[in-house]
Amino acid sequence: MNTVFAIASVTIKELYRRKDFYVLFVLSALITLMAEAGTFFHDDKIVRYLKELCLLLIWISALVIAVTTAARQIPAEREQRTIFPLLAKPVTRGQVIAGKSLGCWLAAGLALVVFYLFLIAVCGSREHAWPLLNYLQAAWLQWMFLGVVIAMAVLGSIVFAAPSSNATILFVVVIGILLLGGHLNQVALERPEPMRSVLYAIYFIIPHLEWFDVRALVIHDQSLIAWWAVAAASAYAIVYAVLFLFAAWLAFRRKALNT
Amino acid sequence: MAAIIQINKLRVEYGGAMPKVALKGLDLTVNAGEVFGYLGPNGAGKTTTMNVLLGFANATSGMAQLFGVDVRQPIARQRIGYLPELTYYYKFLTAEEILRFYAKIFGIAKSAIESRIDAVLKLVELDHARKRQIKTYSKGMQQRVGLAQALINNPDLLILDEPTSGLDPIGRMQVRAIIQRLKGEGKTVFFSSHELGEVETVCDRVAIMCEGELKAEGKVADLMREHGASLEQIFLKLIGYRAAA
Repeated sequence: MNTVFAIASVTIKELYRRKDFYVLFVLSALITLMAEAGTFFHDDKIVRYLKELCLLLIWISALVIAVTTAARQIPAEREQRTIFPLLAKPVTRGQVIAGKSLGCWLAAGLALVVFYLFLIAVCGSREHAWPLLNYLQAAWLQWMFLGVVIAMAVLGSIVFAAPSSNATILFVVVIGILLLGGHLNQVALERPEPMRSVLYAIYFIIPHLEWFDVRALVIHDQSLIAWWAVAAASAYAIVYAVLFLFAAWLAFRRKALNT
Repeated sequence: MAAIIQINKLRVEYGGAMPKVALKGLDLTVNAGEVFGYLGPNGAGKTTTMNVLLGFANATSGMAQLFGVDVRQPIARQRIGYLPELTYYYKFLTAEEILRFYAKIFGIAKSAIESRIDAVLKLVELDHARKRQIKTYSKGMQQRVGLAQALINNPDLLILDEPTSGLDPIGRMQVRAIIQRLKGEGKTVFFSSHELGEVETVCDRVAIMCEGELKAEGKVADLMREHGASLEQIFLKLIGYRAAA
């Protein structure tokens, strides 16, 4: 386990020594602060739109950080050949995959903490209310969502040669699932066979990432989600992440490293 | 003497329908405490042998062991240090951080990590630059970081892939001195090189490879006596080199 954590720590250091995170954070902060300076419908107290905008930026930024970081990890190791001194140590390829994924996930978690603290500070200062548990549930479920996305990106990074093609495909798939995933069963009902069965199969196979998007919880100050439901969603995300990482390990364990 | 590296009938083929044979049934033994030079022209199979020993490539048939453990087991690499031909390290880390990272991977006790980092950085004369990111290092300094990471676990076997390639004369001298010092400490060193003079100076035994086959193996002095020629002449003869008239 030490090996996995050691690899993860290098991944986290890499993310925070690059500029991506800072650029995205500063951009999100600037846009939010500019929106915050204005008023909505001449009512200072309406912060719903501010929350909606800020949360949308957080979702986009976190997704970009997670996908671009995870998609380049293993290709960069191979391209820069840092994989060779690493695998010359008592390290298995499974540990490399686990360490890289864990590092990306923890780094994405740290980024989420920074983004959400900013959101809480901006919105709290305006509405003088601090529904911290709502924020916690929203951030937690988003982190679980990012765990699944990172596992998909790591799998893609072994299957596709170029990180850019992996990232592009992943953005399309993730946004597709977020927008359409929950409606596929209804679409299937309206289709003739065999399309109906195909759509149903896709509906039951894909990870339903849209379940983790609980921005409304924060935006509309809805009552908290039952904690058992949060735990079940977390377990669901972990199962999918493990499945994707297992597939990544199967693809990577015998793969030639182009020496 | 105990065999540290044991290779039997190792065959490696690359490619699918028209496979290229990189190693054709190699048999090789490297014993404890030896400095072993692995020679051959480009494409002879030297790097392939190292890749199999380090678990980067899979053998088509045959067997390779380090310390009596199959090379496919990661634990076989617990007591080795490896220096690649070119430096491939995380350039956003400092020398200290990269050594700490590899020390953790080897499972070195926390209390021993810092003293071990101090020792190897002093050995490779990089103590003054320990807090600088590797991307700011010169090529020679990067090669010395490579040597430092190869020594962080105090290995019993050092595998060096052309350790002096691209180094200036001072860098070469330093690497040679380190190899001699490790030899004095009873470590086993297995290294490939194109520098025959260097091999003659530091090696106990050598193997000469050509087109995936072992052409000669033995002590440098014995080979020279047997062939009545210098190591360079033996090398050129065994690889079938004919100078243009």
